[in-house]
Amino acid sequence: MPNFITSYLGSTLTPGSAGSQFWALIYVLIIFTGVSVAVMAMNWLERKALAHFQIRLGPMRVGPHGLLQPIADAIKLALKEDIIPAEADQFVFWIAPLIGLLAAFTVYTVIPFGPSQAVSDMNIGVLFMLGVSSLGVLGIVVAGWASNSHYPLIGALRSSAQMVSYEVAMGLAVISAVLMTSMKSGTGTLSMIGIVQAQQEQHVWFIFQFFPLGLLAFVIFAIAMVAETNRAPFDMAEAESELTAGYHTEYSGLRWSLFMLAEYAAMISVSSIAVALWLGGWMRPFPNLLHAPAWDLIFSLFPGLTFVGLAAIAFIGTVRMPAYSFFKIQRIGLAVFAALLGFLALLLLVIAVAGRSADASVAARFNQGIGYVYWFVFKVAVFMYLFIWYRATWPRYRFDQLMKIGWKVMLPISLGVLVLTAIVGVIVS
Amino acid sequence: MNPAINSGLNSATNVLPVATPYFFYALAGLAIAGGVLVIMARNAVHSALALIVTLLAVAGLYLMLYAPFVAAVQIIVYAGGIMVLFLFVIMLVNIDRAAKDRRFNRIWPVGLVAACTLLALFVSAFVKGKALFPDRMMALAEGSNTQEIAKYLYGEAGPLGQYRMGQYTFAFEIASLLLLVAILGAVIMTKKKI
Repeated sequence: MPNFITSYLGSTLTPGSAGSQFWALIYVLIIFTGVSVAVMAMNWLERKALAHFQIRLGPMRVGPHGLLQPIADAIKLALKEDIIPAEADQFVFWIAPLIGLLAAFTVYTVIPFGPSQAVSDMNIGVLFMLGVSSLGVLGIVVAGWASNSHYPLIGALRSSAQMVSYEVAMGLAVISAVLMTSMKSGTGTLSMIGIVQAQQEQHVWFIFQFFPLGLLAFVIFAIAMVAETNRAPFDMAEAESELTAGYHTEYSGLRWSLFMLAEYAAMISVSSIAVALWLGGWMRPFPNLLHAPAWDLIFSLFPGLTFVGLAAIAFIGTVRMPAYSFFKIQRIGLAVFAALLGFLALLLLVIAVAGRSADASVAARFNQGIGYVYWFVFKVAVFMYLFIWYRATWPRYRFDQLMKIGWKVMLPISLGVLVLTAIVGVIVS
Repeated sequence: MNPAINSGLNSATNVLPVATPYFFYALAGLAIAGGVLVIMARNAVHSALALIVTLLAVAGLYLMLYAPFVAAVQIIVYAGGIMVLFLFVIMLVNIDRAAKDRRFNRIWPVGLVAACTLLALFVSAFVKGKALFPDRMMALAEGSNTQEIAKYLYGEAGPLGQYRMGQYTFAFEIASLLLLVAILGAVIMTKKKI
């Protein structure tokens, strides 16, 4: 049994291609837990950041600076009465949130957190991600219809029209990135890991390839992905000032929270497509320019230093807590949290120093793996913050404007970018 | 890659599928059940959902034939794109009236003849088997497994793209022209003034 478990640790393959069901299961569990925690953190961060954008405080009551608010929300939602409207289509109403959730989480099987840090590597990775994430809209559409109510139906109709329009531009932008993978090797690839490795081989992130073509394709994808996940300024499907809450007006409690979970999971997964296709995936900045062992060590300290920073923020929060007896428990809790973060930081720094040799020992590979996952998650986190920033900054589009931009601006530009990328690629190679 | 590290693991190429027949029967059964539900459901949206189940099960069957690209295209185009449009239209239909309509109409003898012809075609293909396929393909099939054949014929995006842009360009372009005509026709029929 121990051999069965340890036999994988030094491997350079994904569990999928190594044929190791055990490790595949472990990876799936880690990713599922990680995404769920990330969604909770994102929930807190969004409320906090939005509040600060609008010069409010945001959640402050549950835990220090509202840190426990997502947990309180989760408990509240789980305890709410489970309502299915009398006139609703019972079965479809029941299954709709599950469709969205399944689609959002299935995508994570091919997300490349590192060259071997993915559940599996399919040779159709990008297509799989686009296809399965496009199934998510079925959940929304079906939910809106099954509620048997006007606002949800309008939300569902808007959502399906919007999704179909923006998927075209999105797909064309993705194809131009896939075209770029064929530059040096002659044959391109659709595998997510293969695409990142192509960027490594060509010594360039695809966002800077054939400037400004890569950048344009990236911008189109970045706009389309906001539309695809129904986020502001494209949140027509749940426009609260027009449609109450859009497609999930009739939903409450746990089912509603499943919709939210699916939405945030989908946001993370589309951001990871963008990161893998244009922003170098798991690669740290300048892996070819600054590749001396000293630089390797410096960059491998980043994960630890991030946690040092977080621990420092939590510690400052502990010190600055008002010296009133009411805050005593909160202060102790925050101090424990700071200590936990500090311990994690210490652990990561120890691993970084212990695994600094370039040989293939398990510690070195573990250290590399942490680096890959860190840089990937860091880039995705930037996108997550951008999602919040968009929501705080831009007003919602009108529906005709949305269609006009999708069909008359983004589609022609993405087609042009695709053709130009092909021409430039042929000329250069 | 250091081979010593991977000792005790299967390498990437010889991962064998597990429980193949069970997966096949499960997927085939799902596809048939979905297909039956499509025509039996009184509610059009239920029919559409059953159709999605069928399409996804068929995509699974493509995967079992080592044709991941075809499976992905099946999901993107049919389950993701076309079915969303179907639902979009169906949701605007008055369900209450549709549910009261007679479900079986007068042209069922035509349908029966068509179904019998299709069944006969399938049975003959099943009985004749080998004799139906060109010799070139048969030579390929002899002495190699499904995975290799699939890789050569339709499995990966690369060879498929080369066929499309090389050997079968004309057929492919004609098919796209047909689609273009259909789109133009739809636009002309719906928009009186362009």
